[in-house]
Amino acid sequence: MSAGTPPLSGPPKPQAKALNCPKCGAAIMLRSFGQAETVVCGSCRSILDAKDPNLAILQQFEAATREVKPLIPLGTRGKLRGTDYEVIGFQRRSTRVDGITYYWHEYVLFNPYKGIRYLSEYNGHWNDITICKQLPTDEVGAANYLGETYKHFQTSDASTDFVLGEFPWQVRVGERAAVTDYVHPPRVLSGEKLDKEVTWSIGEYMYGREIWDAFKLPGAPPEATGVYGNQPSPVTTNVTGIWVAFAAFAVFLLALMAGFDMRAKKEPVLHETYQYNRAESKGETSFVTDVFELTGHTSTVEVKTYAPVSNHWIYLNYALINQDTGQAWDFGREVSYYSGYDSDGSWSEGKHNDAVVIPSVPPGHYYLRIEPEADPSLPSIPYTIDVTHDVPVFGIYGIAFLALLVPAVVISWRSYTFERSRWSESDHPPMELSNMSSSSGDDK
Amino acid sequence: MTQPVANCPNCGAKIVFRWSSSVQTVCEFCKSILVRTDVDLKKVGQVADLPPDSSPIQINTEGKYGNKAFVVVGRILYEYDQGGWNEWHVMMNDGTSAWLSDAQSEYALSASSKAQNLPAVAQVHVGQQFDWSDQRYTVSVITPAHYRGVEGELPFQYWDKTDVTFVDLRTESGKFATLDYSDPEPALYLGESVEFDDLKLKNLRSFEGW
Repeated sequence: MSAGTPPLSGPPKPQAKALNCPKCGAAIMLRSFGQAETVVCGSCRSILDAKDPNLAILQQFEAATREVKPLIPLGTRGKLRGTDYEVIGFQRRSTRVDGITYYWHEYVLFNPYKGIRYLSEYNGHWNDITICKQLPTDEVGAANYLGETYKHFQTSDASTDFVLGEFPWQVRVGERAAVTDYVHPPRVLSGEKLDKEVTWSIGEYMYGREIWDAFKLPGAPPEATGVYGNQPSPVTTNVTGIWVAFAAFAVFLLALMAGFDMRAKKEPVLHETYQYNRAESKGETSFVTDVFELTGHTSTVEVKTYAPVSNHWIYLNYALINQDTGQAWDFGREVSYYSGYDSDGSWSEGKHNDAVVIPSVPPGHYYLRIEPEADPSLPSIPYTIDVTHDVPVFGIYGIAFLALLVPAVVISWRSYTFERSRWSESDHPPMELSNMSSSSGDDK
Repeated sequence: MTQPVANCPNCGAKIVFRWSSSVQTVCEFCKSILVRTDVDLKKVGQVADLPPDSSPIQINTEGKYGNKAFVVVGRILYEYDQGGWNEWHVMMNDGTSAWLSDAQSEYALSASSKAQNLPAVAQVHVGQQFDWSDQRYTVSVITPAHYRGVEGELPFQYWDKTDVTFVDLRTESGKFATLDYSDPEPALYLGESVEFDDLKLKNLRSFEGW
């Protein structure tokens, strides 16, 4: 026989063991090939010593409330992170905070090569949990694990109140442990202190849908309610990054505006003051200005109107007409200003000035045709018209600015409200919520 | 590699040492515990059948640690009040030996260290810190254990021990140390926890249904 060959009489393949409960005789399946310390009889709720061939009874418990049914039945196999796992144990644990009892569930998963891992479920929120292989270090109000900082979320007393199946430790109903959770979404770092020993575990948030897919469970997973401590924010975008990008773009826009402002000729081509006289304007009131020339390339034309109105209005029907082609741009502008006093004090409405920009006017010889109309109570008023060629237009930049600002604000707000919901359930609720931190508790 | 060959003084079966420095082995057939002397093998005891256990590792399991290949040549099975664990004696392809511990599928690989001035067991308490090989180790747990059985080749005589105290220490960077108080003079093992997948193990046990 060569050195590399194990003896022919080698140990048989380990098999799942079928035994009977020493208390009630019900069948008990040991699925973990001896890794379990304790196993719970599904019929009579005896906690049995899984290491003892006679399954000595360690504890008998009464299900304090109605029957608790695991969402994933014991014995179910599923593929988690590429490895097959079988559900071998289930426990319900609870904690009381401000007089409200919160319940959550933990599943023991087993693979003969990879060992044990856990799933926890609270209100439809799931976590995939393994025991930490390294020790986290303490920081103020936080813990550091593998170079990442986890913020303290909650410290509470967890008591076990319902157990089923196999456990790799000595499980007892009624046992209490001090559990401290630190979060760094989507992960949660938990220290569980029993007697003097602290067991650290690291969990990663999972959606019910992922669990249902992994274990091929029928139907739909229970809807998750509220926001869980380490639930990843639906705002996947980096909020700080968005504002950095926004700032960069705003600077770019300002530079662009400055550039266009410097390049614009802003050339005055017409400056005239006219007098409107109601008495003289019976019938036809329209007239034309002198011809002015727009040189260079197709550009904007700004028409400014000024009238020292007071509690009156004047309305000017304009037409910018190309003398060479006859092409015309018709537009009407109103200048009105009203002011007075009432019970709230002085008020005013309107302005003495008006400005309008006509885009894309080709070069050529132009004149304005003006037809004024005015308040019937206004006998006479002077008005001044300024025409400037090639002015920069900034409205489009304002729209671009808003188009960038709005999503940044919306995303920031969504992120803020999600984080506020998350922390409202913690030991460190946001200030304005501190008096009502447990109002959304689950008391089933 | 030349493998020293001898015959079991009890049943005559061929005994092959895969690791030249092995001091003790167990006859695969009659379970006699055999200790090497200068001239031959001496039977010093008998191993009772080991209890069934759930380790996926067995004698002859092969694996890799970093760029070194290893083969499992021996094993010590310990028990403590929370269950049992295996220390698999592995032979590296560079001729050194190490221990692959397997406690409910938590794996760690460690090797004997030459550090001096180790603390006496009575002086050690949880939380205490020690510096070895430029690392700061913190005592995480002190475990009174019981020696349950042996298999295969071991680097020392380990057949008449019963109770032993282990002190486990960890660093923040995942390093791992064990102080072994089996003998009057404490022994130190330094290592680190390892991932099952990283060990690339071959010739594992198979489990019914998996």
